[in-house]
Amino acid sequence: MLTDKLKLNPKLFDKDIEMRPTRDGYGEGLVLAAREHQNVVALTADLTESTRTEAFANEFPERFFEVGVAEQNMATIAAGLGITGKIPFIASYATFSPGRNYEQIRTTIAYNNSNVKIAGHHAGISVGPDGATHQATEDIAIMRAMPNTKVFVPCDAIEARKATLAAAKIWGPVYLRFGREKSPVITTETTPFTPGKAEVFWRSRKPKVAIIACGILVYRALLAARELEKRKIGAVVVNNHSIKPIDEKTILEVAKQTGAVVTTEEHQVNGGLGGAVVEVLAKHYPVPMEFVGLHDTFGESGKPEELIEKYGMGVKDIVAAVKKVMGRK
Amino acid sequence: MTPLHEGKLKYLEELANRIREDVIEMLLEAGSGHSAGPLGMADIFTVLYFHVLKHDPKYPEWPDRDRLVLSNGHICPVLYAAMAHAGYFPLEELKTLRKINSRLQGHPHRTALPGLETTSGPLGSGLSQAIGIALAARLDNKKYRTYCLGSDGELNEGNTWEAILFAAKNRISNLTLVIDRNNIQIDGYTESIMPLEPLKEKFEAFNWHVLEINGHDMEEFVSAVSEAEAIFEKPTVIIAHTIPGKGVSFMERDYHWHGKPPDKREAKEAMEELRTLGGRIRSEHE
Repeated sequence: MLTDKLKLNPKLFDKDIEMRPTRDGYGEGLVLAAREHQNVVALTADLTESTRTEAFANEFPERFFEVGVAEQNMATIAAGLGITGKIPFIASYATFSPGRNYEQIRTTIAYNNSNVKIAGHHAGISVGPDGATHQATEDIAIMRAMPNTKVFVPCDAIEARKATLAAAKIWGPVYLRFGREKSPVITTETTPFTPGKAEVFWRSRKPKVAIIACGILVYRALLAARELEKRKIGAVVVNNHSIKPIDEKTILEVAKQTGAVVTTEEHQVNGGLGGAVVEVLAKHYPVPMEFVGLHDTFGESGKPEELIEKYGMGVKDIVAAVKKVMGRK
Repeated sequence: MTPLHEGKLKYLEELANRIREDVIEMLLEAGSGHSAGPLGMADIFTVLYFHVLKHDPKYPEWPDRDRLVLSNGHICPVLYAAMAHAGYFPLEELKTLRKINSRLQGHPHRTALPGLETTSGPLGSGLSQAIGIALAARLDNKKYRTYCLGSDGELNEGNTWEAILFAAKNRISNLTLVIDRNNIQIDGYTESIMPLEPLKEKFEAFNWHVLEINGHDMEEFVSAVSEAEAIFEKPTVIIAHTIPGKGVSFMERDYHWHGKPPDKREAKEAMEELRTLGGRIRSEHE
């Protein structure tokens, strides 16, 4: 059942659950961060509206810089600002930033330890009809492998706002990952968001499996847990928004309690959340694992729902992975 | 900025020659690194650190200091030598270049050594970082200037041209770009690898104020830097024509010396030439 003290959305399993894209949370968090910190500045590369940077640009025009379609320039200008006392937020689609400008981010932001926040929008296959060129499915792996960086993948618009605000307060490079499509609002204002801390959103009485998820698939993990409960299979669902630093304590706790883990992410299973979790468990407490996500394949055009189903990241796929992993115990 | 009087000019020319000697000794000791660029830029680095920059080597994080951003990080031996002479760290430390546990990384790393403004090496990203620093100055109403030193070869990089567009759009006039126009890059002469000419016209077409100078004429460089300070409506680039390998005759203008260090015999020959040159500088001014 849902963890009471986290005060999740009471309408979580209702048909009319509120739907909002996580990128909206970025836009709101950015404005709030800018009101709080005079040094927050924002840069975009010709995607001001779709990265939800417009409200910031309107309220703080002197702190907003449009660089044109030039993600490498955006990252490196931000690097200069970030080593000179500013807190720059750069926003584009994740396939372009940290995709196209990987080396600039590596050298001038991460290695240089510049206080830049990188917002990767339109991440995951749920970007939909734009197709695989615009669906970032390797960005977590890219940013997670980079020294000096932190990586957060919020599960809904409210958490996205909190993660954006938190990024402004954390010193050093941070990668934030957002989705394009509307997705269910799972959390509430009072649900805690602590960088580096995973939250157990669901725990059945006698759980036999832990589903560790991030981003918009947390919602499907919860639906899967409810479905499993109906079939008398107890589960734990962890919202692992903080890929780096990762909450080893919570991951080990749920692995020890259940003895089987399924990871769920809208990303390649190579190097993403699944990789991060397996690194923790292989070292301290190996258990059978299954991985829901993209298995070494690009996406394609289609409706977000259709793509999630076709590429095996739907509720039924999570349930199937649970059954498979339990058979391996 | 005050022009160079006779005494100061002599002092700087001698110092630039000393820095060239240091560059040769550092490269010999390191056993790897780049020769031509550092020797070619010794005059400009000397003038910057000992005449142009408002800085305090004893207080490298002084918020109002002028910033020197080296974009083509591979010429860092000349940067390190100039910094050591200016007092950022002991001269003896120059011999640690490229060695384990050294603050003098093969390409400059900002957080390793106080006084370095950026991390560089991968080409084409220095100008935009310098723009970021200059924008921060503008936002904070600070008066310091930012100097970005880059190379002609790295103008092959798209990122540089993105930065050139942005600087013109935003009239970044508290920044001066200095291009080391030495006509060589690793694979050959710039005009055969990827032609840049007409370079002056390219910058002008991008709405920059362009000055062309002899990069070994210190007085010309000082007056160009002064002129750049007085231009407010555009960013300024100083295209400094230099001789790669300057001061060591067998290295001069030969692109093969772009990316390799001298061996023991070559270093000895280079040092003899530079010492003779040093003597000539002293006697010329007497």
